[in-house]
Amino acid sequence: MSTYKVPTMAEMAASGQSPEVLFWVGCAGSFDERYKAVTQAFVKILNKVGVSFAVLGPEETCTGDPARRAGNEFLFQMQAVANIQVMNAYEVKKVVTACPHCFNTIKNEYPALGGDYEVIHHSQFLQQLINEGKVRLQGGGEFKGKKITFHDSCYLGRANDVYEAPREVIKALDVELVEMKRCRTKGLCCGAGGAQMFKEPEPGNKDVNVERTEEALATGAQAIAVGCPFCLTMMTDGVKNKNREAEVKVFDLAEMIAKEMGI
Amino acid sequence: MSVLSQIIFVLILGAAGYLLTKRVKFLKRNILLGKAEARNDQPDRRWKTMALVAFGQQKMFKRVIPAFLHLLIYVGFLVINLEVLEFVLDGILGTHRLFAPLLGAAYTAAMNFFEFLAVCVLISCFAFLIRRNILKVERLNKPELKGWPGLDANLILVIEIVLMFAILKMNAADQLLAERGVGHYITVGPLFFSGLFRPIFEGFSDGFLVFVERAAWWFHIIGILAFAVYVTYSKHLHIFLAFPNTWYSNLKPKGEMKNMPEVTNEVNMMLGIPVENAGEPPAEIGRFGAKDVNDLSWINVLNAYSCTECGRCTAECPANITGKKLSPRKIMMDVRDRAEEVGKSLDAGGPGLEDGKSLLGDYISKEELNACTSCNACVEACPVNIDPLSIILQMRRYVAMEESGTPAQWNAMFQNMETSFSPWKFSPSDRFNWAEKVKEEEMQ
Repeated sequence: MSTYKVPTMAEMAASGQSPEVLFWVGCAGSFDERYKAVTQAFVKILNKVGVSFAVLGPEETCTGDPARRAGNEFLFQMQAVANIQVMNAYEVKKVVTACPHCFNTIKNEYPALGGDYEVIHHSQFLQQLINEGKVRLQGGGEFKGKKITFHDSCYLGRANDVYEAPREVIKALDVELVEMKRCRTKGLCCGAGGAQMFKEPEPGNKDVNVERTEEALATGAQAIAVGCPFCLTMMTDGVKNKNREAEVKVFDLAEMIAKEMGI
Repeated sequence: MSVLSQIIFVLILGAAGYLLTKRVKFLKRNILLGKAEARNDQPDRRWKTMALVAFGQQKMFKRVIPAFLHLLIYVGFLVINLEVLEFVLDGILGTHRLFAPLLGAAYTAAMNFFEFLAVCVLISCFAFLIRRNILKVERLNKPELKGWPGLDANLILVIEIVLMFAILKMNAADQLLAERGVGHYITVGPLFFSGLFRPIFEGFSDGFLVFVERAAWWFHIIGILAFAVYVTYSKHLHIFLAFPNTWYSNLKPKGEMKNMPEVTNEVNMMLGIPVENAGEPPAEIGRFGAKDVNDLSWINVLNAYSCTECGRCTAECPANITGKKLSPRKIMMDVRDRAEEVGKSLDAGGPGLEDGKSLLGDYISKEELNACTSCNACVEACPVNIDPLSIILQMRRYVAMEESGTPAQWNAMFQNMETSFSPWKFSPSDRFNWAEKVKEEEMQ
């Protein structure tokens, strides 16, 4: 038995190798206590399946997304251009990330600054692995037969028209997928996009994540699945706000798959 | 008498044409207050988008009931306008029902179909008045609709109702006169819907019926011409602008924000990357982001003039749903109001853009801009592909880069990103710590 490996691009390059895919971890995936578990789960899946991957490790920086959405184009481009320099130096061709904001920025906004990569979200990557039979689910795990609802991330759904991949991943778990009233193109935001994650909401009569959590709870789901670190935080806070954290858990797709793989 | 009415008709037609031309020039100039932007790529996809979204009403059907009611008015508008062609030719040539002898039975069928559509339009307009004023559908009763916008909406519905009644009354009187063999009136065969009005008119004299028929005819055609002019002052402009507006849709992924190449050169120089044309003095850079309408793209202003204030954007906006000040519809109305204000000032020889006012501050507040989650719900919801988010983000750029006026917590986030390369204040050297635990674990 060996341990899990997390090779960096630098290590790979030093030994003259280049991985098939760069796993872009993102700031939440690197620093957020809760989301680190998602990063670890995804890395375990990659190891288990035998995907040739590497991470940038300490060479990764923020994509610049929140700075750009908050209006600071200068700061965004500083981050973006620096990241593109690093990725181009390693001749990165393909990028996978668990963060829809990183996904959107690298896929749609880096090309204008000289960064052209094939970028996919981890929900799409997991779906491919499942379809190819590379991810073998043990079945009968903790999710079997449970009611699960999926919360669409705006930057995955409306921003990039990815609606089905996360749902296919959930369905592979042999669960009952229940939809919220506002789903897919009509999905309601968790409230964190557009750099809202980094400030208090403007004055109003309710927090967006509470509104969304109420809708998720109304489905009777026993778990809320998400595919975005900000959504994970917002929905988890929402469930706590409603004092339902004992019965209703919020999971990222990669965590659910890893659990079902028994890793 | 006929010649006189022909002359009067042509004069009215000319006057309407003159007013319309003037208005179209005014609107075009206002739209072009926005910055030039070439968006002519992929013409095939553009025509297809226009055919589906504007002509085919595709996105209206995200809400089925209003979509169906709207479809009836839309089809009625398109088809009944064929009859207006006959009205205009009759008016110019001094004829009466010019096409009737040419088309025969087909004319009777067409008239019945037009009348059916007129009744459909009537039903829809009444239903819309009820939704707006009695059921008080939430999105049709938001604060930004107080005053003129709400009145405008009701006026349009009432005008359409009156115009449709005019058609039906005219046909009823016309056919009674034809049966009585009066003058030039010709029988066009049984007309079902206007036939229902006949009992009202049967007791009247020929002379009075001729008066009713002529009055309804003139009322209808003058009404339509006046309405066409009115539309240019109204939110109802969408009936024309929906078409170019959808043609100029954003075809890129909705999540993509437009790059600012004027920033890239500076960034490259700071990072020590060779810059093309480095020796040349930089091209004149206007403002970063948008403070006023002239900083926006002309397509943003076209969007604003295409907005019919249905509020589907606002009804889907997470900020608005949770009681924040932001309403994407208001953003569009503000852009239009500001463009109108600047346009009117320029026409009056006034200061135009230099009137000491601006879109930011006088129309749109920072609180509204700061409430946006950039979720694209408004963009997705718009039946004619208007993009309020593009305007919000351009204005945020102005606030951040020209005014340094972003909220303190965002400034802190910027600072973290500058010093720690993450929006949170963590040491960059800890970025890879997450891997330590997993690297120690035995692979199952």
